[in-house]
Amino acid sequence: MTKRLYLYPVWVRLWHLLNAVSFLLLVLTGISLHFITSEGNSLIRFDISVVIHNVAAIILTFNYGYFVIGNIVSNNGKHYKNWRKNLAANLWKQGMYYAVGIFKKESHPFPVTEDNKFNPLQKISYVLAMYLGMPLLIISGLGLLFPETIAYTVFNVSGLVLTAMLHITMGFILSLFLLIHLYTCTLGEKPLTLFKGMIKGYHDSHD
Amino acid sequence: MRIYRYLIPGLFLFAGFLLFAQDAEGDKLKPHYHEVNAYVEENESCLKCHGEVKYTLEDTLYGRTVTQAMWSNLILDRDAYYSGVHRSFMCTDCHSSEFEEFPHSLDVRMEENFGCIDCHGYDETFADYHFEEIEVEFTESIHNMEGFSCWKCHDPHAYKPNMRGTENIKEAIQLNNSVCLDCHGNFDNFMLFTDKEEINVVESHNWLPNQVAHIRSVRCIECHTEVNDSILIAHKILPKTEAVKRCTECHSRDSRLMHSLYKFQSKENRRGGFMNGVIINDTYVIGANQNIFLNRLSIAIFALAFLVIVFHTILRIIKLRN
Repeated sequence: MTKRLYLYPVWVRLWHLLNAVSFLLLVLTGISLHFITSEGNSLIRFDISVVIHNVAAIILTFNYGYFVIGNIVSNNGKHYKNWRKNLAANLWKQGMYYAVGIFKKESHPFPVTEDNKFNPLQKISYVLAMYLGMPLLIISGLGLLFPETIAYTVFNVSGLVLTAMLHITMGFILSLFLLIHLYTCTLGEKPLTLFKGMIKGYHDSHD
Repeated sequence: MRIYRYLIPGLFLFAGFLLFAQDAEGDKLKPHYHEVNAYVEENESCLKCHGEVKYTLEDTLYGRTVTQAMWSNLILDRDAYYSGVHRSFMCTDCHSSEFEEFPHSLDVRMEENFGCIDCHGYDETFADYHFEEIEVEFTESIHNMEGFSCWKCHDPHAYKPNMRGTENIKEAIQLNNSVCLDCHGNFDNFMLFTDKEEINVVESHNWLPNQVAHIRSVRCIECHTEVNDSILIAHKILPKTEAVKRCTECHSRDSRLMHSLYKFQSKENRRGGFMNGVIINDTYVIGANQNIFLNRLSIAIFALAFLVIVFHTILRIIKLRN
């Protein structure tokens, strides 16, 4: 029997869409800026990349604030809590499912419910990405947008270098997260089930 | 006890007298001046006017004395002079001895000054500085105009090497840019050489993102000169239409900054793995300061993740078919 769960309210879907678009633009322009040659060869022209990167970053920052406030005022925040409970055992169980169980057509070890829309692996990665990675990325990015606010030196190393390294590292880690996130979203009942859920708001759960 | 009542104020008075005495003597001629210059007293015959903000003009005919302000461009700072590269000189080494007569005659005031090349050119002692090439660059520069000379940017009375061997590149940049802004940011000086309208440097650079960060981190000449590999500081100032406006000239692996601002710095090895590593001693230039190890590591991690995904997908397809 198929049960329809309304897991992604409109505000979450809007936030997610805006986050996805701005983050993709940031990744593309960030790579363009980082790997540019002196002839200006890159994915996107340098000056255009700068403008897109700055605009997308500001959108992402405000959107992040919208996400945090949304999670506080709605009950969506509950999905990002209690992530430490039986963490090791649950991660192992979920990991084994992805590594072995999925090929044996075993059922999901942590089926999606209204109170638990994320499996333990999703939960910890989303918590780390949204509450650790994103703030570090945004703060370091704002530092680079307003470099006069950065400390000139920290322990005899240029503050700008440290900020840039933190920004690039977080950008890389979150891009890696995006790649894995996109793939794990194909691991629903059917490859497109979870994508459709994020578009329509409903998750189809089979008992 | 009574003696203490007088002793303490007396000591204060004595200390005050000593301080006053020191100040009264003026100490304009500091002891170290004599260590670097054998003609300090002779130079004072010029500096008694040109080292002060005012001078006295005497009318011997009518016995009048007039005190006038010295034009700021003709005032020389003794401390700066005796710590500059020309500190051992007597004024008349470079200026006519006829200046010793006062008031100076118009002829002597119109005297042509020496340029750098007159003393430093074609001399093996100064071969490292390539003054001859600097002279060529200057003659090809937009600054080669009537009334313009080396001294408009480099004050021979206070000159010290700024970029060469500097430990504080930010300070050197600031000093270097202040030379340009002395005219390009001050219309009173600018108009002495041109009839052009007043320019607003901030407005004309509005296209530059993070203008303040750029002006703090690079010299004006990074974009406004033609790179020259053999001299430390390029002197061929380009017309504004030919100035660098392409971001990637600096923001790239082959950053222009390595051929200009950081050309003679030899700290490349201090920051292992970073392209153009010497730059990150002071700042970070997007595009120019990629870290080769991190670049390779990030590409390897991404490739590995991608391979795992491809492998997992293939396995899923195979198992689903079964």
